[in-house]
Amino acid sequence: MSETMTIIFAISVMLAAVGGAAVLTWFERRLLGIWQDRYGPNRLGPGGILQVVADMLKLLTKHDWVPPFADRWVFIFAPTAIVVAMLLGFAVVPFGPGLHIIDVNIGLLFFIGMTSLAVYSVLLGGLASNNKYALLGGLRSAAQMVSYEVFMGLSLMGVVMLSGSFSMQDIVESQRDGWYCVSQSLGLFVFTIAAIAESHRLPFDLPEAEHELTAGFHTEYSGMKFAMFMLGEYLGLILISCMITTLFFGGWLAPFGATWLPPIVWFSLKTFIIICFFVLLRAAIPRPRYDQLMSLGWKVMLPLTLVNLVVTGAVALWMQGA
Amino acid sequence: MNIFSALASQFRTMWRILLHTFTRAETVQYPEQKPYLAPRYRGRIVLTLDPDGDERCVACNLCAAACPPDCIALQQGTREDGRWYPEFFRINFSRCIMCGLCEEACPTNAIQLIPDFEMCEYDRSSMVYEKEHLMIDGPGKYHDYNFYRVAGMEIEGKAKGEAQNEAPPIDVRSLLP
Ligand code: SF4
Ligand code: SF4
Repeated sequence: MSETMTIIFAISVMLAAVGGAAVLTWFERRLLGIWQDRYGPNRLGPGGILQVVADMLKLLTKHDWVPPFADRWVFIFAPTAIVVAMLLGFAVVPFGPGLHIIDVNIGLLFFIGMTSLAVYSVLLGGLASNNKYALLGGLRSAAQMVSYEVFMGLSLMGVVMLSGSFSMQDIVESQRDGWYCVSQSLGLFVFTIAAIAESHRLPFDLPEAEHELTAGFHTEYSGMKFAMFMLGEYLGLILISCMITTLFFGGWLAPFGATWLPPIVWFSLKTFIIICFFVLLRAAIPRPRYDQLMSLGWKVMLPLTLVNLVVTGAVALWMQGA
Repeated sequence: MNIFSALASQFRTMWRILLHTFTRAETVQYPEQKPYLAPRYRGRIVLTLDPDGDERCVACNLCAAACPPDCIALQQGTREDGRWYPEFFRINFSRCIMCGLCEEACPTNAIQLIPDFEMCEYDRSSMVYEKEHLMIDGPGKYHDYNFYRVAGMEIEGKAKGEAQNEAPPIDVRSLLP
């Protein structure tokens, strides 16, 4: 793609991601409603879709308040960081053959790096609020994200070993003869769990845990800054779903040779199904206790990842030798 | 082993929730679709008339005494025919908790709770109902009960001893040994 095309594409990806995140706030509530035998927002516009506009208007017109006891500039910076980091993460997502903003040879590392940066947002938000609930939320998020970060990266190394590349397009191409969700099912399992913890969504939303910490790290946030946190969270959800699609479900490759739909449609469909799966997790599974979360991470997930890594490595070597 | 059963339980939960895609929503779409209210639902309060079309309330104040948040106020008066009646009768519905204790306390079945809860107002003072707002034109839930016909109180047109199941009065001064 030429340079202008890339810029246009980047802008449209950004708009699509932000718009998607906005629609997702409504879609998630409707889907949760279906699974919890109720309707969710269904009044405004067809099926309630205009609820998005109403929510946006409400957030925009709310008093945008910085508490006098807060660390002003960090307080303002924190919600921006998560949105920026998540949007940057979209740069390496391959939406179709040749349809990407950049295809760097460290694409996967770039993605992992960007999601890690999002931790700062939560951490700084909690710290700058100068509020005990927020601080506890920030503290929890720091411990949770740092420990889940470890095997989130490691769980992807199996994929990298099999495809022999960090570039997203190469990883997709290498899945032509079999998606990694089969050969790397353990990796998929661990990555999914780590990804939920990383994007601190339910059931691993311990940093916000509204029943114990009012709203955790964003207790003091209101109006647009609160909306930014929400936007970041939903962007994170979309990004993670894109990544799972790319790394484990063949990206834009059509399943069963069904190439009568364009690759980008296949990509969106797969991503959509994974987003629905995340919503299902939210509907079904209660939040674990904090120490349970930690011991799950270090005592179960990390050994599992290492086993996966060793076995994948051995098999890859053996295949090369054979 | 524990971890496998725990994992299986999580997946089972997810499957069970997924099956709820095919169940109907329990929600009652309220303003368009009214919920079923049982005949004995405790809602807005009315004052009723006895079968002869006369005011039932005898202003005994028992309801006001029973009311937990003290939202009933009334003033007793006496009519020329000897019947007692409330000169005013006021219920502050912004305090009423719809507990129904007033109905339980009332000896004349005058005060009754009915299945209606739609009493939204913009102005708080509109929640205070006076007697003319509370009064309805019928006997409510109890069609045959008429307090003065069973009570011994003397009113115009009914002397002592004329009520149902009431023995004629005894002149105690005549009870000489
Ligand atoms: S329903 Fe209860 S609270 Fe309301 S007026 Fe009667 S006694 Fe008072
Ligand atoms: S409504 Fe019933 S309890 Fe209350 S004052 Fe009248 S007769 Fe007595």
